Amino acid sequence: MSDNQDRWGIPGTYVFDLRLSRRGYAINKMCHSLRLAENRDLYLADEEAYMARFGLDDEQKQAVRERDWLRLTQLGGNLFFFLKLGATLGHGLYPIGAQMRGESYEDFMKTRNVPGAT
Amino acid sequence: MAKIVAGIGSSHVPSIGRAYDQQKQTDPAWQPLFDGYEPVKRWLAEEVKADVVILVYNDHGTEFFLDRYPSFALGVADSYRVADEGYGRRPLPDFPGAPEFSEHLANSLVADEFDLTLCQEMDLDHGFLTAMPLLWSHDDDSWPVQVVPLLVNVIQHPMPSGRRCYKLGQALRRAIESFPEDLRVAVVGTGGLSHQLNGERFGFINEDWDRQWLQDIRQQPEVLADLSHKEVMTAAGAEGGEVIMWLVMRGALSPQVREVHQFYYAPMTTGIGLLALEDDAG
Repeated sequence: MSDNQDRWGIPGTYVFDLRLSRRGYAINKMCHSLRLAENRDLYLADEEAYMARFGLDDEQKQAVRERDWLRLTQLGGNLFFFLKLGATLGHGLYPIGAQMRGESYEDFMKTRNVPGAT
Repeated sequence: MAKIVAGIGSSHVPSIGRAYDQQKQTDPAWQPLFDGYEPVKRWLAEEVKADVVILVYNDHGTEFFLDRYPSFALGVADSYRVADEGYGRRPLPDFPGAPEFSEHLANSLVADEFDLTLCQEMDLDHGFLTAMPLLWSHDDDSWPVQVVPLLVNVIQHPMPSGRRCYKLGQALRRAIESFPEDLRVAVVGTGGLSHQLNGERFGFINEDWDRQWLQDIRQQPEVLADLSHKEVMTAAGAEGGEVIMWLVMRGALSPQVREVHQFYYAPMTTGIGLLALEDDAG
């Protein structure tokens, strides 16, 4: 159990409260900037420089490098913000979700009612 | 005097917007969704004929950032732009505002102890956009209604309580009904129903809970207003906590309401709900 789950008591869940938001502020600020097309280009041109500019710490940078969305969540990344990083990198919501569940995309899609509705 | 002529609850899921833009209305996976909205779209066009729509929504890390996050924010602008959420802007027309009506709402709500952030610029993301073209027809550059965006913080806890949202709806009704011009007003509450998009529990939905919500929001909203965020998030997923925005819409209606239409579809990771209500004149 993470300390967030200790606080909220919902398994497998990272409630985005102020403490988690403060932890992930640099990640979310960076991701928020990617709503602008010119920033997406800058990001893709030099990911390391872009992360440094926004002050991500070493753990956060490593989670971004590994595209480890669960770790990024644990470090305070909020999905609504990091979906803009996903959009920049070409990672969609459902593959990101499958990875957080620890499943392949194909196995995750088998759990859905109408997998064609993507 | 302005009058509330419709109360709508509707989910706001980005994939619906993509399906709409890619014209998947007859795709087997999407047709049930678009068909489900059609009776309400027709009712709004042929009977309700609203002049202005107050749409309660949340931003998704697009226009509002965590550096200074409002609990409630009201648009008071002449017009509102369609936002770029990272994929480019959706091919929808920008929205005409209702600035004099917004100004009246702001004055009335603040006097009524709801201290809103007032926004003269406000780009709108899928929280606002998803429901609009499913409920109102548009052409390349115009909408048949003016809009007033009303934002609720459902992103970062502490969030307003469900009770607070319900009371905001009640204050909104007082504000609407004290506007001197004859204006036909639709109130739309968006979000939900059950879904979770973070952590190992990603993809959690609860169809039974959603169907109960669609019934209870009409019959016993006071019970829903008393649920804690933890209760809602445990039963309906962490991001399902945003259903409190429906309580703003419900609070704006009369205690007794009539159901015009209800639709529910849970194809992927969100229980998609649609509910059309109107004040019960009796």
